[in-house]
Amino acid sequence: MTEITATAAAPLIDTRKPRRFMPGWYTVAWGSALLVMLPVLAVFWLALFPSENIWPHLVDTILPVYIQTTLLLLAGVGSLSVMIGVGTAWLVTMCNFPGRRLFEWALLLPFAMPAYLIAYLYTDLLEYAGPVQGFLRELFGWQTARDYWFPQIRSLGGAISMLTLVLYPYVYLLSRASFLEQSMSIRDASRIFGCTPLQSFYRVSLPIARPAIAVGLSLVSMETLNDFGTVDYFAVKSLSAGIYDAWLNMGNLGAAAQIATLMMVFVIMLISLERIARSRQKQFTASDRFRSIDRYSLSPLRSWLATLACALPVLLGFLVPFLVLGSYALPRLNQFTEADFLAHASHSFTLSALAALLTVAVAVILAYSKRLYPTFKSLAMASRLSSLGYALPGAVLAIGVIIPLATFDNSIDAFMREHFGFGTGLLLSGTPFAIVFAYCVRFLAVSSGSVEASLGKVTPSMDMASRSLGLNPLQTLRRVHLPLIRGGLLTALLVVFVDAMKELPATLILRPFNYDTLATYVYQYASDEMLETSALAALLIVLVGIVPVILLSRTITSTRKGS
Amino acid sequence: MTAKKVLLAGLALSTLGSVAQAADEVNIYSYRQEFLIKPLLEAFTEETGIKANVIFSKSGLLERLEHEGANSPADVILTSDIGPLHDAVERDLVATIDSDVIDANVPAHYRSKEDKWVGLTARSRIIYASKDRVEPGEIKRYEDLADPKWEGRICTRSGKHSYNLSLIGSIIEHDGAEQAEQWLTAVKKNLAQRPQGNDRSQVKAVMEGQCDLALGNTYYYGKMLTNEQEPEQIAWAKSVNLVFPNQDDRGAHMSISGAALAKHAPHPEAAIKLIEFLTSEKAQQMYAEVNYEFPVRPGIEWSSLLKEHMGEFKADEVNLGDVVKHRAEASRLVDKVGFDN
Repeated sequence: MTEITATAAAPLIDTRKPRRFMPGWYTVAWGSALLVMLPVLAVFWLALFPSENIWPHLVDTILPVYIQTTLLLLAGVGSLSVMIGVGTAWLVTMCNFPGRRLFEWALLLPFAMPAYLIAYLYTDLLEYAGPVQGFLRELFGWQTARDYWFPQIRSLGGAISMLTLVLYPYVYLLSRASFLEQSMSIRDASRIFGCTPLQSFYRVSLPIARPAIAVGLSLVSMETLNDFGTVDYFAVKSLSAGIYDAWLNMGNLGAAAQIATLMMVFVIMLISLERIARSRQKQFTASDRFRSIDRYSLSPLRSWLATLACALPVLLGFLVPFLVLGSYALPRLNQFTEADFLAHASHSFTLSALAALLTVAVAVILAYSKRLYPTFKSLAMASRLSSLGYALPGAVLAIGVIIPLATFDNSIDAFMREHFGFGTGLLLSGTPFAIVFAYCVRFLAVSSGSVEASLGKVTPSMDMASRSLGLNPLQTLRRVHLPLIRGGLLTALLVVFVDAMKELPATLILRPFNYDTLATYVYQYASDEMLETSALAALLIVLVGIVPVILLSRTITSTRKGS
Repeated sequence: MTAKKVLLAGLALSTLGSVAQAADEVNIYSYRQEFLIKPLLEAFTEETGIKANVIFSKSGLLERLEHEGANSPADVILTSDIGPLHDAVERDLVATIDSDVIDANVPAHYRSKEDKWVGLTARSRIIYASKDRVEPGEIKRYEDLADPKWEGRICTRSGKHSYNLSLIGSIIEHDGAEQAEQWLTAVKKNLAQRPQGNDRSQVKAVMEGQCDLALGNTYYYGKMLTNEQEPEQIAWAKSVNLVFPNQDDRGAHMSISGAALAKHAPHPEAAIKLIEFLTSEKAQQMYAEVNYEFPVRPGIEWSSLLKEHMGEFKADEVNLGDVVKHRAEASRLVDKVGFDN
């Protein structure tokens, strides 16, 4: 089909006035926003009822530690992810060096690796009794730990490294997409004005890619905040450790919800800061995406350095843990024949696929209604609030899901008992629906970024044309927008799918009886210090994740027609 | 959607929901890993014909139970330590377990005073001491861990872990809060490294010479000694002596895994049957074999490994309800002392 591209020359028609009020759409949009917002609201509600005021104690003792650790964790993971993600994305997009085509997709592979898994695996490798230190001791004749220095894997630094290795792909993904879209003429102009390639990167490519990098960074930050598996395993005292402590050790769920609320305030501040900083920028895109990128040729030394820079994240974030896992799994290949095992795999696959579809559908509804009703700020607020679910630790989000679902079920049940003399029991609680709903709330932030960005690139004149030709908003969406943004939709689908495959804490709490996914099956053993036993299932999570990851890379590459 | 479709969807959903409520079933919310209890549940089904359904999670199940309310499908709550049992009682989520069989099978200090929960297996939190660097008899009591002679020689997992909170709780119960704080402060000073890892990795650290004493639960000894998957753990276990503390006074600190009956259990009889079964001779023996824990029921023969390596020891018989009530206080103490920092 012929692609229609947004250009800076598009007529600037005032879209601020809603053309006609359409209550149907408005209701659907508000309804979905409200639904995905419910779990976050439930957590706010819980925060109103602490069993005792925990703050004097926290402030006197551990709160400074929590806050300092969390800030260091965020700063470490954030800055490293941006360095690795943006750096490698620019290299594979703009430069020629050995292995470039391979790295285009291989750099996404660590995305398929769950953080808790990589933490377990690296601890096995790098701790005192692990093969690496054992080898060094043998080599240098050291006897005990007191004879030499080796970095502690179970530390803040270790947690930063592990989270960076699996999270930088978010930044890579988004900044690569942005670099691919950038106009060659702008870059050429900067070069004519005397910029070196590096200066041109700093002064032209990077500022243009900044919104995309910011979105990537906010996803990385929220994922870092909600992580409990890694920080717990490494005994790092971040805020999420504080949430669990208040909840499980002090029996004070309300206080836990208060800490979680504090964390969300944190996120809102971060995002707003970025928005304010960016609001002074205005960008117009020139329309020569069709000209293929002429990549810089690097000197032999530099091109090998580039290869090394791209190889390291793939090696550390994927290949090494993958091989260790493979070596655990190899002696246990017979598990494949167990019927249970296939059932777990099919649960994982079905839940993730359903979650991907539902989440992207909600993201489209929200993004499109913001486009239809740009004047209704409350709608924009609601959709932003709903994406906060991503910053909550999974177990807390699960409680947030349980409350509205159980309330709904019990109200229906009570109503039916009163008026019809029979109860309906729990309709939604404890069914796979609850899990899919939780995934949707959790990963809405991930998909809406991609959907909103691609919808934003469709010029408003398309809406005008389509509407004046007699299509209603729904038809316009189906026949004009969805085909135009299908690349962005696919990206969103795949990212949510992979994330849902890895999700653990909410799945554990919300699942039906006798129901395992690959992730819960792995956790059952890993939590009893027997990861090897479930290595095959763990390997399968990673393997199933690889397919969408490769598809993802192809989708992004194909956004530039000239390439 | 037409009204007919809505109705159909509703029907489909409600049949989904009611699957778990058929007769001759018992539904378990388990804080304990499924694979650990599976052999027992299979034996139960074989003996009674009652099918056991399980959900395992390490957190959140009580909250689920609470909000599901009277419609909750849960009958029995199984836990891996006493914490959730205590919380369940505090939040009024459990019913009284009224069974003479259970009362006869389980000694009183392993049951709640109001019959709100029952212990199923017991383990002791003991000191693992290096065979090379610690003389037998050199350390005898938990209180001795505070002795400056152990400076830089003790390893433990996070003070916030429920096993350590339980031990600290027992020190508060026996020695008082003030003493407990002094004790914990002194132990903190004696640590060889920041608390981290799990119980097994502390024993490993002893073998590797990072420290000389480690705190750990007894069953890990059995798990390490018989580990065919990771045979190197056998060497860790062989590098330490087991010290059961406070043998000349109150006895070694004990904790339990246990069960409670859900307040709105749809199958209360089957639930009681299950708990009774879990305290039966057969189940107690199996339980001890599978996870190297001590049966709570007296007169049950221990696994041969336990007999060989643990022998008779004096267990602290304080009621565990009196220990777990100090949990929040113990947790705050860990913060105050900066034990994990």
